[in-house]
Amino acid sequence: MIFLDSLIQGILLGGLYALFAAGLSLVFGIMRLVNLAHGDLIVFGAYLILLLVSLLNLNVFVATLVAAPFMFVLGWILQKFILNRVLGDDILPPLLVTFGLSIVMQNVLLETWSADSKRLSAGALETASLTIGPINVGIMPLLIFISAIVVILVLNLIIYHTSLGRAFRATSDDPVTASLMGIKPKNIFSVATGLAMIVAIIAALYLGVRSNFDPSIGPARLIYAFEAVIIGGLGSLWGTLLGGIIIGVAQTVGATINPEWQILSGHIAFLLVLMVRPRGLLPRAFD
Amino acid sequence: MALLKTQDLTAFYGNFQALFGINITLNQNETLAIIGANGAGKSSLLRSISGVLKSPSESILLDDKPIGHLDADEITSLGIAMIPEGRRLFPSLNVEENLMIGAHGKKQTGYWNLNNVYDLFPALKEKHNQPGTSLSGGEQQMVAMGRALMSNPRLLLCDEISLGLAPVVIKNLYEAFPKIKKCGASLIIVEQDIVQAMKVSDRVCCMMEGKITLSGRPDDLSMGMIHAAYFGEEES
Repeated sequence: MIFLDSLIQGILLGGLYALFAAGLSLVFGIMRLVNLAHGDLIVFGAYLILLLVSLLNLNVFVATLVAAPFMFVLGWILQKFILNRVLGDDILPPLLVTFGLSIVMQNVLLETWSADSKRLSAGALETASLTIGPINVGIMPLLIFISAIVVILVLNLIIYHTSLGRAFRATSDDPVTASLMGIKPKNIFSVATGLAMIVAIIAALYLGVRSNFDPSIGPARLIYAFEAVIIGGLGSLWGTLLGGIIIGVAQTVGATINPEWQILSGHIAFLLVLMVRPRGLLPRAFD
Repeated sequence: MALLKTQDLTAFYGNFQALFGINITLNQNETLAIIGANGAGKSSLLRSISGVLKSPSESILLDDKPIGHLDADEITSLGIAMIPEGRRLFPSLNVEENLMIGAHGKKQTGYWNLNNVYDLFPALKEKHNQPGTSLSGGEQQMVAMGRALMSNPRLLLCDEISLGLAPVVIKNLYEAFPKIKKCGASLIIVEQDIVQAMKVSDRVCCMMEGKITLSGRPDDLSMGMIHAAYFGEEES
């Protein structure tokens, strides 16, 4: 019974990791850019929601809705004025720039909010639970998991059923030929990063509601996100969800055996998958 | 007024100069064939006109307006479409999506739409849901041509559409050109297949080592003149 409970809690935790990873996966899938500041942008999003909650006395969910357009614009500006300038055949410049951005963001957040841990409150939802047979499932973890599925469904809908999505895929395949179709690859990249930041603010909401956060936790979220993306197969969103679930289950099962093993178990699961399927579980056929 | 004009057009790949002072003029509804051996600069010329290769602003004029400085997407929006060498279909898009992307962000104002492209190339309709890159070479070339037509171009640039294809397939593809021309497009066709190029063109330019070595109407050019211009040998 304990094992079944751990399994379910792990799957639900995987939803949170998938949310951390979905934006990263989207950006990587379209422009082959690994944004090392992604975790810090999620943490920044959590502080932004906290700011809106404290200034305007909003519910956290409403504050997230208010913050979403701001995050889209932030992502768009970040891509247009910084990342587009360093994208090219050499993968090192974007890595260095996003690494630098990560450090800058951590320090700005530290200066602005101090190192004290913060938390977002979702009220009674945080402690509410459902009893399914012998298992108790928290409403909030369930909501997080459902949100992850909805986010991935919506992203897939955009990517595979809209003209913007066609432009995303064409630009990802061959930016030069895409420009011959009248597509501006750099504009497409900016929109993609804006979209990734909307996903990041949703991840930020659940990060802040589920646990404490402080300016230094971004890189650890990035590692979980990165592992989920790699396990799933680079650029595959459903693969990212699967990757998140595998890390979540490994962590909860590991913690059930010995609480000290929680984080380590996730990393071991990542390494095992990498050994067996180096291209991930659901890689894109044409990469 | 000429539709397109190049004036002393030069093009570079880093320090390597690919084009040396190219001057061509294309009139409305005219077909110009550019012939030449490998490395003559034919594709570089098309890449310059389409904006993939950057050129001095005044060296390419469309409707007497300079376009050399524009990006490829801006040039496409002015009505120039290109069928690139090697087809370059998007592997993550199926046949229909590959065609649709040709009309990205454009309002359909001309003859060409999905139905009319399928009428031109019926083989594509049956395979509309298949990945573009899973088709045969000839069918892929049809997709590449249809994709370019979807933008209803005023000028269609065709880069070696016969490359690697069987003669019967090439014949089928070339049969589409009269229809394309009838719908109002002007054409620049880059070809190594001299006979095919001469058949469909109103004028022919021969290139060698980045320069135009011969220009004229197909009827006015003898095979000896073309041979000399093509290979840089004395006319026999």
